[in-house]
Amino acid sequence: MLWDWNYTFEILPELARAALVTIEATLIGFVLAATLGLALAILRMAKNPAISIPATVFVEFIRSTPLLIQIFFLFFVFPHFGITLSGFTAGVLALGVHYGAYCSEVYRAGFENIPRSQWEAALALNLGIVDTFRSIIIPQAIPPVIPALGNYLIALFKETPLLSAIAVLELMQTAKILGSESFRYTEPITLVGLFFLVMSLVSAALVRLVETWLGRVGRRV
Amino acid sequence: MTDNAPMVRFDGVRKTYGPLTVLDELCLDIARNEKVAMIGPSGSGKTTVLRMLMTLERIDGGVIYVEGEPLTHMERNGKLVPADQRHLRRVRAKIGMVFQQFNLFPHMSAMRNCMEAPIRVLGLSRKDAEARAAELLEMVGLGDKKDHYPSQLSGGQQQRVAIARALAMRPKVMLFDEVTSALDPELVGEVLNVIRKLGTEHNLTMLMVTHQMGFAKEFADRVCFFYKGRIAEEGPPQQIFVQPREERTRQFLRAVLEAG
Amino acid sequence: MAILLAFAAGVVLASYAGFREFLPGLIEGAWVTVQITVLGAMLAVVAALIAALAKMYGPWPLRWLAIAYIEIFRGTSALVQLFWLFFVLPHFGIVLEPLTVAVLGLGLNVGAYGAEVVRGAIQAVPRGQWEASTALNMSRASALSRIILPQALVAMIPPWGNLFVELLKATALVSLITLGDLAFRAQQMNQTTLRTVDIFSIVLVIYLCLALVLSQSMRALERWAARGIARGRVA
Repeated sequence: MLWDWNYTFEILPELARAALVTIEATLIGFVLAATLGLALAILRMAKNPAISIPATVFVEFIRSTPLLIQIFFLFFVFPHFGITLSGFTAGVLALGVHYGAYCSEVYRAGFENIPRSQWEAALALNLGIVDTFRSIIIPQAIPPVIPALGNYLIALFKETPLLSAIAVLELMQTAKILGSESFRYTEPITLVGLFFLVMSLVSAALVRLVETWLGRVGRRV
Repeated sequence: MTDNAPMVRFDGVRKTYGPLTVLDELCLDIARNEKVAMIGPSGSGKTTVLRMLMTLERIDGGVIYVEGEPLTHMERNGKLVPADQRHLRRVRAKIGMVFQQFNLFPHMSAMRNCMEAPIRVLGLSRKDAEARAAELLEMVGLGDKKDHYPSQLSGGQQQRVAIARALAMRPKVMLFDEVTSALDPELVGEVLNVIRKLGTEHNLTMLMVTHQMGFAKEFADRVCFFYKGRIAEEGPPQQIFVQPREERTRQFLRAVLEAG
Repeated sequence: MAILLAFAAGVVLASYAGFREFLPGLIEGAWVTVQITVLGAMLAVVAALIAALAKMYGPWPLRWLAIAYIEIFRGTSALVQLFWLFFVLPHFGIVLEPLTVAVLGLGLNVGAYGAEVVRGAIQAVPRGQWEASTALNMSRASALSRIILPQALVAMIPPWGNLFVELLKATALVSLITLGDLAFRAQQMNQTTLRTVDIFSIVLVIYLCLALVLSQSMRALERWAARGIARGRVA
């Protein structure tokens, strides 16, 4: 038959459990990405080329190579140094680094939107570089880029199925296992697809809402 | 550092942008509490003088001294080497600047604009910084607007906040870079009044680039006329404005009068 | 500049003994990667054009179809789509070869994003062009094909360049549906020799080089397409 409803309801609990893993990976990965991205963006702005150039090269390298390879790399490399990472840890790490590189571009654009005169005013007041970033630059740079960061959160969420390649029990892996056990792939994979589709549409709407809200608040600046 | 040492000294200072020489072996001494106005055609180097003193531009030749101490260089083994960040920050603390475009921090209220640097740089407590900011905003006539954001203030008001903000750091030298040029004419007066008040009530060395000839004539102790990166003529306002010695000075003043 | 860096990286790696050991097998995989990328790109462009035009000018059934296509393929990730085509279609009697699944899945995926790029570029063509065409009594179809689209083409090329690089990176996913691309070969070699760092370093550099070649080609294409059109700074 085309669609077995009994089977569908049977597998829903297990898929729900897997969805939690997916969401967990997404949130932790994104926190890592947002933080790392900010650090990378600041490093890229360093006056010392010995700091800024490696940071830029790193970002470009990560952005130009497939996430899957990066996941494999992290998962299989660490044991060579005696550290065994779980699939989840390696996967979340890879997601964080990969999207950290993308986020650093977003932050960079945000920083470049701050007019030079703000930097000059801070310097004239003898504010050090740390205080300048903390009190003057970052508070002005971040709000406008939040929608872009939100879009990367959604993108990261949609890429969590890649973790199935290193056997993390998120949605895709669970669906494959269920399918291989019952020889019915239609229901599990379609359900997973629907889940991502719905979450994606909902979060896209949320990001648009945040954008409008920020637009109203940002009027003050 | 004797009391006779000039507050600011430019010693053979040069600034180039590629093939273009903007400041050409500039020698300028500014005494303590002296009010100096710098006038001249655009591109003559006057704004560059201010920006170099504020360390916003790098120096290509010569040395700048503040209170007898080199600003852009430091002494090491009896020689002068380019200053490092720590030295720069220490000497820079004596200088404050007000910009043509105000450059207030848009995400902070007037009060916070004036409090931020004293707290972060001078280490003032929040209470002390607040008290100082309130006092300064009161002095520039904006006591009732201290919680307003820059976008809620007129140009003249923003510039006055900018002056208060610079003063909060208790500099010894205040730089004014065409601070009324971006203002609508009817707002210019309120800013000039504050500057005038500063001159009489505070012990400040003031260096200003301005096109407000009337104000310069009445307020400045000395006027420097800049032409092509050098001081073509300098002297008391009486001399420069009424009986200029140089033909170029006369030409410039004639052109300014015709335009105004 | 970037090519120099990649070349330097390649030279550094060439000093690896492992380079000679692994490279031949990896190059075979890279060839599969390139094939998928090129075929997928062609499908993506066609799909994007059809979807964008259907969404902008089609009758409402076609428009809703286009919107559904775009939302579904953008709302789910490439891997989900690949798995669906690979695992689920057989249940409906359609069994496709892995290569077909790869090109279809990735092409349609990138095509959905491309549809927005096409739409944006067409809408960016000044209104005056439409008006002039109407004044010359041209039909909508010929105005579109002869006047509007050619102008939209130039603006489209940079974003398409980015999408193609994304496509290249996404090809690594086909290794998970047992297609012998670069990523598949890499994993294979890794499982047997466990020389993870060597293998994957070379692989990453190969992807980097492919991406650079791709983006440089797109830039050259843009320069060619923009000849005669005054763009950018004056003097």
